[in-house]
Amino acid sequence: MIANKHLMPGIAAIVVLAVLPLLPVPPFWITLANNVGLASLVAIGLVLLTGVGGLTSFGQAAFCGFGAYTTAVLTTAHGFSPWMTLPVSLLIGAAVAVPLGLMTVRLSGHYLPLGTIAWGLAIYYLFGRIEMLGRYDGITGIPPLNIAGYPLLSGQSIFYVIWIFVILTAIGAQNLLNSRIGRGIRALRGGGQAAEAFGVNIERAKLIVFIFAAIVAALSGWLYAHMQRSVNSTPFGLNMGIEYMLMAVVGGSGYIWGAIFGSAFVLIVKEILQRVMPELVGSGINVEMVVFGILLVAILQLARNGLWPMVARLMPAKSQRSIPTSVRKLAKRTLAPPGSPLIKVDRARKAFGGLVAVSDVSFEVKAGQIVGLIGPNGAGKSTTFNLITGIASLTSGSVSYQGQPLTGNSPREIAKHGIARTFQHAKILPDMSVLENVALGAHLRGSAGVFRSFLRLDREEEATLLAEAAYQLDRVGLSQYRDRPAGDLALGQIRILEIARALAADPTILLLDEPAAGLRHGEKQELATLLNKLRQEGVSVLLVEHDMGFVMGLVDHLVVLDFGTLIAEGRPADVRRHPAVVAAYLGGVA
Amino acid sequence: MHLDATIATFLIQDGLTNGAVYALLGLAIVLVFSVTRVIFIPQGEFVAYGALTLATLDAGNVPGTPKLLLCFGVAAFLLDLWSWRRDLKVDALARNFALNLGLPLLIYGAVLYLAPLQLPSVIRALMTVLIIAPMGLYVYRIAYRPLADASVLVLLITSVGVHLAMLGLGLIFFGPEGLRATPLHDGSFTMGPLLVTAQSVLIYLTTILIMVALYFFFEKTLLGKALRATAVNRLGARLVGVRTQLTGVTAFVLAATIAAVSGVLMGPITTIYYDTGFLIGLKGFVAAILGGMGSFPVTAIAAIGVGMVESFASFFASNYKEIIVFGLIVPVLIWLSIDAVHHEEE
Repeated sequence: MIANKHLMPGIAAIVVLAVLPLLPVPPFWITLANNVGLASLVAIGLVLLTGVGGLTSFGQAAFCGFGAYTTAVLTTAHGFSPWMTLPVSLLIGAAVAVPLGLMTVRLSGHYLPLGTIAWGLAIYYLFGRIEMLGRYDGITGIPPLNIAGYPLLSGQSIFYVIWIFVILTAIGAQNLLNSRIGRGIRALRGGGQAAEAFGVNIERAKLIVFIFAAIVAALSGWLYAHMQRSVNSTPFGLNMGIEYMLMAVVGGSGYIWGAIFGSAFVLIVKEILQRVMPELVGSGINVEMVVFGILLVAILQLARNGLWPMVARLMPAKSQRSIPTSVRKLAKRTLAPPGSPLIKVDRARKAFGGLVAVSDVSFEVKAGQIVGLIGPNGAGKSTTFNLITGIASLTSGSVSYQGQPLTGNSPREIAKHGIARTFQHAKILPDMSVLENVALGAHLRGSAGVFRSFLRLDREEEATLLAEAAYQLDRVGLSQYRDRPAGDLALGQIRILEIARALAADPTILLLDEPAAGLRHGEKQELATLLNKLRQEGVSVLLVEHDMGFVMGLVDHLVVLDFGTLIAEGRPADVRRHPAVVAAYLGGVA
Repeated sequence: MHLDATIATFLIQDGLTNGAVYALLGLAIVLVFSVTRVIFIPQGEFVAYGALTLATLDAGNVPGTPKLLLCFGVAAFLLDLWSWRRDLKVDALARNFALNLGLPLLIYGAVLYLAPLQLPSVIRALMTVLIIAPMGLYVYRIAYRPLADASVLVLLITSVGVHLAMLGLGLIFFGPEGLRATPLHDGSFTMGPLLVTAQSVLIYLTTILIMVALYFFFEKTLLGKALRATAVNRLGARLVGVRTQLTGVTAFVLAATIAAVSGVLMGPITTIYYDTGFLIGLKGFVAAILGGMGSFPVTAIAAIGVGMVESFASFFASNYKEIIVFGLIVPVLIWLSIDAVHHEEE
């Protein structure tokens, strides 16, 4: 019982919701609660889309419109029964979201919210102009929902339907976020490049949240149509789109339960303002807009993460999550036989305009080898690295993996070969736990999709992925920080975390970009021990490094670049005495 | 009714007149965005305030905006006091007092005295601009300055909040009825088949004048150059001694001034309601976006284009006018984002 203490507030909330309509409360309380439920659905969508995914949309009200108008037309003009139109409404919402999403998610930065304002307005005007949708008058006489022949005419009866949908959606959304797909979605804000390097399809993840947000908005619209029994275009305009955004921001746009809290907060404040203000400042004056505007600005200035974190602090803390032990083991890749060529860089060239950053560089990494790529500042090491990982595109030449060309492949496709990397400027997701950051690395080793995640059917696979992540953390010695937010770690630990994440991908080769930078002496020794161990297991490593002491004692083969050209390669001891290398590092006559 | 030469020239003139105003608004949006990274959605409210203030002055009444200005000033004054609660300096307090309370009081007094005097229309127009322009200062201080380092998206949502608040204030201070100002000059003349009103000529001239003035401001004055420096690199500008708060304030005051002028120009040619400004401002936005939120000339040309599209759309498919104007922007946005350099957003 004690372990489930954190569930108490949720259970209490459900009990309150269940008995509320049975109590002798004024009827407008029920109406208000119904409206909170409807708005919560849209706000939950916005939490995923904006708060988690970082895609700001002011156009969600338009999707409510599609849901509402679909059922309105089908039930009034074509005699459909209300429940039959539910899947159609959701499908129409999704169908509209696909092309709009394909267009919208391509929009970068501030163009995205402006784009949503534009199509939000255009769709709103469209609703009011189409004959079939009753133009400005809208459609009336929509039949109520019914359960077992009993029509849900009263506010009390539809209350349960609305809130069951809200709770199921919230739980489903929470499931989705705590899944393989969810980690990809959570990486959208600030971690796109890292996620892409582990095989997450960023464009697809964006589209998924966009469609999800559209479907829950359409659901809200469908419920609204049957609650109100009539629709017109007014509630689907930009103003409502803005109000939904307000709810998500007030609640704290990164929190699912914050969406419900924010919707309740905004609608209750609105109700109070509408009742109290006319007595204070005279009737006929509408101050709610002013108050909302000021509220929105004040929350952004004073509590950028919304009000939910403050509420959550009052709740009992969640008990430490135990790592699910999994019977099933993840399949491992078969490694190439030691000594066989793994990565072959052949006359790779990269020019930025007139500047040739990498000039016809060729080298090889053999299976089971640790290869070091060194050179003075500006030698073209990082550019070479980016050419192999697919971040930069080759001007000419080629890069191949086990004979298959990688040229032109995206980082995501390169990841599928078992090539895992770390970043020079560590790219972790600071708000996600250390464990989840590592689990992101195992993305391609799972297969659960959106539906399985939403319905929590992915638990067995999820358990194996998390167990794998925990194993890798153990391996690099970070298991004590497992449940801490990754942003709490020190720089050296973050570098190690990146290596654990790369290991979770079950790589055949690790590409490490300055792994020892920022590490203390002891940590460097531990890192060297770890890399040696990996080599014994047959994993190859290519590393870019500045620390000569670290490199010399570790690598089998050294490649030295200077001014974009390869000046020497070979065993560390030989390279060290190479006159060109000495000249490049110490200056003097070559 | 089909399109003939007379109607076409009439539509072109109409599109040109509206387009000129959109151009002004688009310029102000680009100006504010490049200097402060704020997407200035409340611009439309300044336009409506300008038009409604002028119309009220025309009727010989005292408009609500000076009182509103005073409210803004008081809020800014109190916020400044609060932010200095630990370390209060007398000279800063005196400046704060003069700027946040003295200025709006002075304007309020002047308007109270001058409004019933039936002054010439040019004076009324000037009064209007004088009332609205300082609002830019206070709005920046109250809403945006505390968020100067926030991301573009946070600033955008802030803008939406300011828009809501100012829209509501517009309703409180002007009521739901629409007003129409009297033209500054109600003459007209014919040019071939075309009837040209003095008001539309005035609009063209003012637009050109403001563009030329902006050009000289940015090219020839130190403050203008400081604004450009802030636009190019905020941190770099600060490092070489540009006070980015000052450039931010300047951009907002300029934008509020331009918006007030647009309101004065727009007021006599169409009936303005408290919420009309938003749609007018958004069309300025469409132009600014077409200009990539950065180019003044492209924005101006795009604004004329928006005016034309709107004008012809209202003839061919008047019901779908807004749908066409706002629908048009989506493909352009896509084209721009494909073109734009992609970088990770934090």
